[in-house]
Formats: sequence, structure tokens, C-alpha cells
Amino acid sequence: MELSGAEILVQCLKDEGVEHLFGYPGGAVLHIYDAIFKQDELRHILVRHEQGAVHAADGYARATGKPGVALLTSGPGATNGVTGIATAYMDSIPMVVLTGQVPTPFIGSDAFQEVDTLGITRPCVKHNFLVKDVRDLAETLKKAFYIATSGRPGPVVVDVPKDVTDPNIKIPYVYPKTIKMRSYNPVKKGHLGQIKKAVDLILSAKRPVIYSGGGVVTGDGAAELTDLVREMNLPITSTLMGLGGYPGTDRQFLGMLGMHGTYEANMAMHDCDVLIAIGARFDDRVTGKIKDFCPEAKIIHIDIDPASISKNVRVDIPIVGPVKSVLADMVKVAKEHKNQPNKEALAQWWSLIEKWRAVNCLKYNTKSKRIKPQHAIELLHKITNGDAYIASDVGQHQMWTAQYYPFDKSQHWLTSGGLGTMGFGLPAAMGAKVAHPDKDVVCITGDGSIQMNIQELATCKQFDLPLKVMLLNNGYLGMVRQWQEFFYGGRYSEVTVEAQPDFVKLAEAYGHVGMRVEKPEDLEGALREMLAMKDRLVFLDVVIDPGENVYPMIMAGKGHHEMQLSPDCELS
Amino acid sequence: MRHIISILMENEAGALSRVAGLFSARGYNIESLTVAPTEDPTLSRMTLVTRGNEEIIEQITKQLHKLIEVVKLADLSEGVHIEREMMLIKVLAKGSHRAEIKRLVDIFRGSIIDVTDSSYIVEMTGTSDKLDAFIGAVHEDLIVETVRTGPSGIARGTKGLSL
Ligand SMILES: Cc1cc2nc3c(=O)[nH]c(=O)nc-3n(C[C@H](O)[C@H](O)[C@H](O)COP(=O)(O)OP(=O)(O)OC[C@H]3O[C@@H](n4cnc5c(N)ncnc54)[C@H](O)[C@@H]3O)c2cc1C
Ligand SMILES: Cc1ncc(C[n+]2csc(CCOP(=O)(O)OP(=O)(O)O)c2C)c(N)n1
Ligand SMILES: [Mg+2]
Repeated sequence: MELSGAEILVQCLKDEGVEHLFGYPGGAVLHIYDAIFKQDELRHILVRHEQGAVHAADGYARATGKPGVALLTSGPGATNGVTGIATAYMDSIPMVVLTGQVPTPFIGSDAFQEVDTLGITRPCVKHNFLVKDVRDLAETLKKAFYIATSGRPGPVVVDVPKDVTDPNIKIPYVYPKTIKMRSYNPVKKGHLGQIKKAVDLILSAKRPVIYSGGGVVTGDGAAELTDLVREMNLPITSTLMGLGGYPGTDRQFLGMLGMHGTYEANMAMHDCDVLIAIGARFDDRVTGKIKDFCPEAKIIHIDIDPASISKNVRVDIPIVGPVKSVLADMVKVAKEHKNQPNKEALAQWWSLIEKWRAVNCLKYNTKSKRIKPQHAIELLHKITNGDAYIASDVGQHQMWTAQYYPFDKSQHWLTSGGLGTMGFGLPAAMGAKVAHPDKDVVCITGDGSIQMNIQELATCKQFDLPLKVMLLNNGYLGMVRQWQEFFYGGRYSEVTVEAQPDFVKLAEAYGHVGMRVEKPEDLEGALREMLAMKDRLVFLDVVIDPGENVYPMIMAGKGHHEMQLSPDCELS
Repeated sequence: MRHIISILMENEAGALSRVAGLFSARGYNIESLTVAPTEDPTLSRMTLVTRGNEEIIEQITKQLHKLIEVVKLADLSEGVHIEREMMLIKVLAKGSHRAEIKRLVDIFRGSIIDVTDSSYIVEMTGTSDKLDAFIGAVHEDLIVETVRTGPSGIARGTKGLSL
């Protein structure tokens, strides 16, 4: 089969099993768009801003485990995509971003719409390629998908000059079935000796706790993790990124840990004698003050990336390998082990944890005349049976979602944790809706964040993506306002989003259903009405108590045991 | 602590800037860096000298390893190894200085590879310390310019950093 570069590119995507592509055309990718036009297997979703394309591909990847694909033109197309690429990089999301480039003879000449895409994206990709010859195109794309999805996943950029996609130059096409790279060999199995040591240590523990992270979600390790937790009766907490990796409504789950984690999770971290970190990277939002981090614990760390191990915190038993197989091996070793967990010590540990839990750190004022965001999220959880795909933006609403929407399933929670990108939510929800058209997909957003990519409402209209937008409208850049309240004497500097559009009318202008709710008693009805409209995008503007803060909170420089609790909770 | 790290990597455009970018992005320092293709033209060998405590060096080697183009690497400072650096140094050589510098070059086992009536170019190979010592021995007013390659390193014994 003889194909042009543009046709090869499209055919490679098909052969790779790609069904959806998020993109935006331009001069450098015209040949590619022509090849897309001439086929109908690969569905292209035309966004309204390249940042939206990359976040949508990212949301698609988070909600499926498959690599997301975006196609952008050169110059401004590529630079608009950079925030999306960096977002995926920080959260280790598999993605292939194809960018157009000026023709090879023009590279370096400051040609029209030329930027050094490789140079600009180098610090925020797992890898990137410039394809200089059409004969290298298929193999490069194969490598790109392989690198993006294996080992520690991440975004890969493939920069394709226009002449490489020339429709008049046709060459024989073969898509390599497999690829071997001498310089890249991700670990497939954990070291059995280390795994045995880890199991020994866990069995001898009196106060063990699991700290699980995003690696369990991207590494498809939820089932194996659940087996291990149940087998050994371990308490488990999770990072923001790991939510859903273990059922959030289960008794053994202590809630999220870290800056806005629960009292029981953070206290268990502080008091544990064995910490088992699984696919988590000891982020500063999680550890708090390093000096006070798990002061009495021996630490086991399972991670596929050796560079994550002992980066911020020294660990005692490192296990380099994919969570899925390492956890399966651990369960096997534990089952065959001559020792049993220390039942008595564990019972005592659990009773201590229950005491912490009884503090009820997520309690909030339910008598208020204003809508409390926590209540809105709890209701959403109830009405969706905890089963929806939830994409969030960044801010207070994000933290409340993490706290009040316990995820029972993996890959249902799409949030920008590492980069904290406002504007992520709506396009990410779009990606999830493209992947799961029959499932409830809700974007929980803030009045600041939603305006960063609101143009994507038009994409949702054009491509019939009836997702739901639940705006927790506090009239503030709430998270920043909270910090100014706590640490800057209440001097609210530039955090009031005073001139707000009428979101109901705005949604309607885009061809969707807009609704507003202001009273607590109307909230449940409104949410039900929203979710009942299966084939419409509904934008629900929920006017919430503007002064509400996110609790608990570990202030900067404090340890896990020094949380600031909400004035509403029951610590006496 | 000073560490000398040897890296075998794909001889591809962009690989060098990935290494350099890694160091600047993560705030590690590079004291020197030399790179050239090996006997296998698809591979380059880089020698990099850096400083840091144990944790930083561990991160540096892990992060380097993560770069897709890096095939293998070794921290030579962990074992017995040999380091050599080459220097070209241009010195003023007039009158009595001519003989004096010639003597000094002999002592340091260098060679004079270019001569004018008022200057020499000296080529010298050795450990970086030796080159420093030579520079120290020449009066600073006599030095016109120095060009140093930065050290290259190789481990002793039969084992090598190869595929
Ligand atoms: C406003 C705001 C507040 C935040 N507050 C909190 C907070 O209170 N608590 C909190 O936890 N986070 C919080 N975050 C998120 C935080 O910034 C980090 O993004 C998050 O803690 C990182 O999660 P993680 O450790 O699970 O790592 P991830 O970024 O998910 O990294 C995954 C790790 O798993 C490894 N891995 C990947 N795949 C595999 C595999 N197959 N097998 C083995 N290992 C694998 C990777 O190498 C990596 O080390 C907040 C973010 C924002 C924006
Ligand atoms: C692109 C970007 N710019 C700035 C920030 C800093 N920031 C973090 S949270 C936040 C406020 C978000 O406001 P809103 O979306 O209304 O959410 P709320 O906190 O009110 O729930 C800001 C400005 C960011 N995370 N991302
Ligand atoms: Mg807000």
C-alpha cells in the first residue's frame, strides 16, 4: 500500500486503535485534515481552542486508560496546547499530541507560524520527536504511543513538518506491530526479594497504613489494591490523584490525605509504624512539613519510576515496578506467608482510627439559609449513585468534590492535581463524554475556572456531548480568597469576580439548557432535573455561600498532626 | 561532592539539549560536559562533571536515566577510574620567559604546538588538577587564553560502558 505522509499519519492512528481525535486545523496541518476528510472511521472533534483539545484528549485518557490524541497546527496552535501538555505531564497521563510544523527547508528561518515546538515542550513531555522524513513517520508514531503508554505514562509530542505530509509523495506503508528501543525498557515486574521483605514488614506492623496514589489509577491496579487491603485488613488513604483506586465508601478507606485531607487520614499517617506508598510521589501537598512526616514509620514505596523513589522522602524498602503486578505478587506472598497480620495490634489501631473518625472532620453547617457547596456535592453523589464521571476545575470546588464525592471506581475522577490548571474541567469532561456517551459526566467547576475554557460549550453543542456543568458559584476566586483570609489579614486582593456573565443566558446562547438555583430547598430538585435531561447539556449555576472555606487544612510548614479543623466539627 | 558521570546515549539531534535542559530545569549544576560520537556512530558518549550531596546525585542519575535517549550511564566516581582533560593554552613567550615556559611545559609533559616570536601554544593533557597546577605555575600576565575540554572519564579494568 502506497500512502502519502498525511494518509500514513491517519492510518497509523487507526492501526493504533485510536477512535477519537481532538484538534484544530491550520496551515501546517492542511494535508492531514484533507486525509481526515477522506475517511470516516476516525472521529475528529473540533474544539474552540487548542488548550481545550489537549485537555479533552487528556480527559479521554483519564476516563479510559487509553492514550488521548490531539492534533494542533504549528506556531500558535502548538503554543496554545502547551498548558494542556504540561497538565498531562504533571499527572502522568498517556497522550500523543501531533503538531504541525513549517516545511523542513524553512525550519529555523522564522517562517510564518514557526515556533520551536520541540524546544518549548521539551521540559513538559515524556518525550518528543521531530519527523524529518516521511519514511520515519510510521515508526515514530509507533514509538510515540509506546512511550506514552508504557512505564510511567506521559504526553509525547510528535512535530510533523508540512512537507512530510505532502499528498504527492507516496511511499509503501507498514505500521510496525511492536517496537523495541535499546534506550527505553520500562520495568515489567517488581523484584521478588523486595516484595517479600515488604510483606514481612507489613505483617510485623502494629500500625500500618497504605498511602495510594495516581499510579494505581493509571496503572490499572485498583482490583489488586483492593485485594491487598482486604487480605491484610489495612487502613488506606489516598492522594487527590488516587481517588477511586480503592472504593471511597468502604469502611477501610480513611479519605484523602494531605493539605485538605481528613483528620483520620492525616493522623494515621502521623502515627503509623509502617507506611506503604503505592503509585504516589510524596508531593508537598501530601507530606506537609517533611521533618514531621510519618516520624515513626518504616516506609515501603512501590513505583514504576525509580526517580520517584527517595526523591522527597527517604524510603526503607523501594519496589520498582508496575503496581498491578507488584500488588498481585504481594497478595500471593501474603497468602502463602507463615505469619498472619498481628490481629490484636491491628484491632487497637483500628479503634484509634475510629476515634479520629468520630471527630467528623467533614461536618459542615447544614442549617444555613445559603447553599453549602458540600451539600450540593453530597446530593450529586446521591443522585448519581456515586457512579458519574466527574471532572473538576481547580479551587475550593475541587477540594470539596474530592472530600464529598467518594469515588468507588477508578478512572471516574478527572482533575488536574500536579499543575492545578484552571480551565481543565470542561474540556476534560468533554473527553470523558466522548469516551462514555451513555454515562453521566459532570463538570464541577468554579466561577473563575469555567471562564477559562467556556468556549468549549460550543464544541459540546456541535458534537452533541450532553454533559452536565455544575458551577459552584461563590463570586470569588475562592481558593485564593481563602488564603488571603487566613494569611493576609482578609485583604481580598483581586479575587472578586465582579462582572459575571449571566451563566443561564450564556448557556442558552450556546444552545444548551441553563438553570440557576439559590435556595437550599430547591437544590435537590434542580440537580435531579439537570440529570434527568439525558440528551441535553445542562449548565446549573449553583449560587453558594461565598464565605465557605475548605477544611480541614494543614497550613504551610505544619505537620499532619497539626491540622486546622472546621469550626463546625466535633473535636472537643 | 564532585561526581563524574559517564553517559552512553543515542547520537540524535536534541539529545544533548535534553541533558542540558534537565540540569537547568532541576537546578543541578554542570561543571563540565564533553560529548562526541563513539566507535558506533549511532551512539555518543558524554562525560559530565557535577557536584551535589548523595541525594542530589542519586536524583541526577535517575533523572538522566529517564531520558529516553540515554542508553546507559555510570557514576565513575563510585569506582576506580581514569580522568583526562585536554587544554590548549596560549602564553606570551618573550625574552627570558621563552626558556622558562619551555622548561615548565617539559616538567608537566606538555608540548608546544605553535610558536611565534612572542607566544607559544601549549597542548597539555592530564587530570584537571594537573592542568590547574600548570596554569598556577605560569604567571597570570603571560596567559593570553585557555581552552579546556573538560574531563573525559573511563573506568579501570576490563568492564566497559557499552551495549
Ligand atoms: C488546589 C489543590 C490542592 C491540592 N491538595 C491536595 C491534598 O490535600 N491532598 C493531595 O493528596 N493532593 C492534593 N493536591 C494534588 C497534589 O498537588 C498532587 O497532584 C498529588 O498529591 C499527587 O498525587 P500522587 O502522589 O498520587 O501522584 P501522581 O501525580 O498521580 O503520580 C503517580 C505516581 O505513580 C507512579 N506510577 C505511575 N504509573 C504507575 C504504575 N503503573 N505502577 C507504579 N507506579 C506508577 C508515578 O511514577 C508517580 O510517582 C492538590 C492540588 C491542587 C490543585
Ligand atoms: C490557570 C490558573 N491560573 C491561576 C491559578 C491560581 N488559582 C488557584 S485556585 C484559583 C481560584 C479558582 O476560582 P474558582 O474557579 O472560582 O474556584 P473556587 O475556588 O471559587 O471554587 C486560582 C486563581 C490556577 N490554579 N490556574
Ligand atoms: Mg469561585
